[in-house]
Amino acid sequence: MIVDVNKCLHCGGCVGSCPTNAIFLNDFVLEFNNRCNRCGRCVKLCPVHALTLEAKQ
Amino acid sequence: MKTYTCDVVVVGAGPGGSMAAKFCAQGGLQTIMIEKKAEIGAPLRCAEGVSKKWLQEVGIEPDPSWIRADMVGAVIRSPSGYTFKLDESKAGSEVGYVLERHLFDKALARDAVKAGSKIMLRTSCTDVIRENGKLVGIKAKCMGEEIEIRSRVIIAADGYESQVGRWAGIETKLALNDIDSCLQYRMVNADIDPDYCEFIIGRSVAPGGYLWIFPKGNGTANVGIGIIGTECNNGEAKTYLDKFIDTDPRFKNSQAVEVMGGFVSTCPGLDCAVDDNIILVGDAARIIDPITGGGICHACRTGMYAGKVLTECAKTGDFSKKALMPYEKMWRDRMEDKLYRNWMAKERLATLDDETIDEVVKLISGSDIKEVNVYNLLRVIKERFPKVVEGFEDLI
Repeated sequence: MIVDVNKCLHCGGCVGSCPTNAIFLNDFVLEFNNRCNRCGRCVKLCPVHALTLEAKQ
Repeated sequence: MKTYTCDVVVVGAGPGGSMAAKFCAQGGLQTIMIEKKAEIGAPLRCAEGVSKKWLQEVGIEPDPSWIRADMVGAVIRSPSGYTFKLDESKAGSEVGYVLERHLFDKALARDAVKAGSKIMLRTSCTDVIRENGKLVGIKAKCMGEEIEIRSRVIIAADGYESQVGRWAGIETKLALNDIDSCLQYRMVNADIDPDYCEFIIGRSVAPGGYLWIFPKGNGTANVGIGIIGTECNNGEAKTYLDKFIDTDPRFKNSQAVEVMGGFVSTCPGLDCAVDDNIILVGDAARIIDPITGGGICHACRTGMYAGKVLTECAKTGDFSKKALMPYEKMWRDRMEDKLYRNWMAKERLATLDDETIDEVVKLISGSDIKEVNVYNLLRVIKERFPKVVEGFEDLI
């Protein structure tokens, strides 16, 4: 997941919306762990479009 | 690793957490409340509008230090500009104060401290601790240092993020249509009515949600938007809110001094908000009014209930799910019917086209409702637009 730190407002909306509980917001930094299954829900919901799915390797 | 021991650890120092901590400490329980942010009540993630009646119910005395503005009424505006204005004599419990949340939250935290609760700032929960299958506390990072807080019971008051419950095995996952993605600006120098909260509804304005203007005095207002998850694809909240502010003449000479995001759940609460040695309160338990997105009164009530139930449990030392079930009964008895009814109304409102919303607002503005609240509004709508309330007529 690519986080645009210039846009992210640290609102935690993606954290609470994540179906796999893969997102963490501590110290004003968003982190994604390996439970992320690339469903893209957080990308769609972010109110300021701060998230982008990385191209699959 | 540093280890702390207590009876109750409360995760999150919002209104729900502070109320819970206060009532636990009052009941003689050793209570530690942790807050991951550096300041309780800030940065803001809230529109700050609350009704008045419930404050007494949870024992909070209105204090001028955290009341920014006292509302005379509210205005509901349809997409084509039809308005329904309700003043205080009609508005009943639906209008009230616009708060200073950073001061309100600190006042509640102070009450928790007065009752004997400890507070740890800059302390974020990272997991729960289980021993032999039993919850025995939490892992946390305090100022960057890993710690453990051992407790007999956990109160998860971690708000919309609601991770603690999930770590403990309580499913708090939301359906996409039960999520509202929100964005808000603090606007200054706006030409707005200082005495009325305004709610603007309609697909063209805020798909599946609404746009709000909550005045805070001196031309300042919280202007925000909530959009239903199913309509979000690409930063819609900001797009729609910017479009509104750019085109509404009241904001021609206005600028934003603050921007904040935030989400609300719009479901009727979790299936069960307790398990062995854990209670979820407020937003973390998804206990929010699904129509308004208002959560503060629900958080305060559930926090209070949690504290009272745990005080009773401490007498026998039994914090099992079964022993905590009175909490479940208390919040359901007080709020479940209304939450469910407003959830159904939200589901239906989200499907209405702008023409119907215009008609509905025209209808209610011409009706003679003595006390205006969601319940009475739905009753009027039921007469003219039975389809709108189809499926939950029994609750109206």
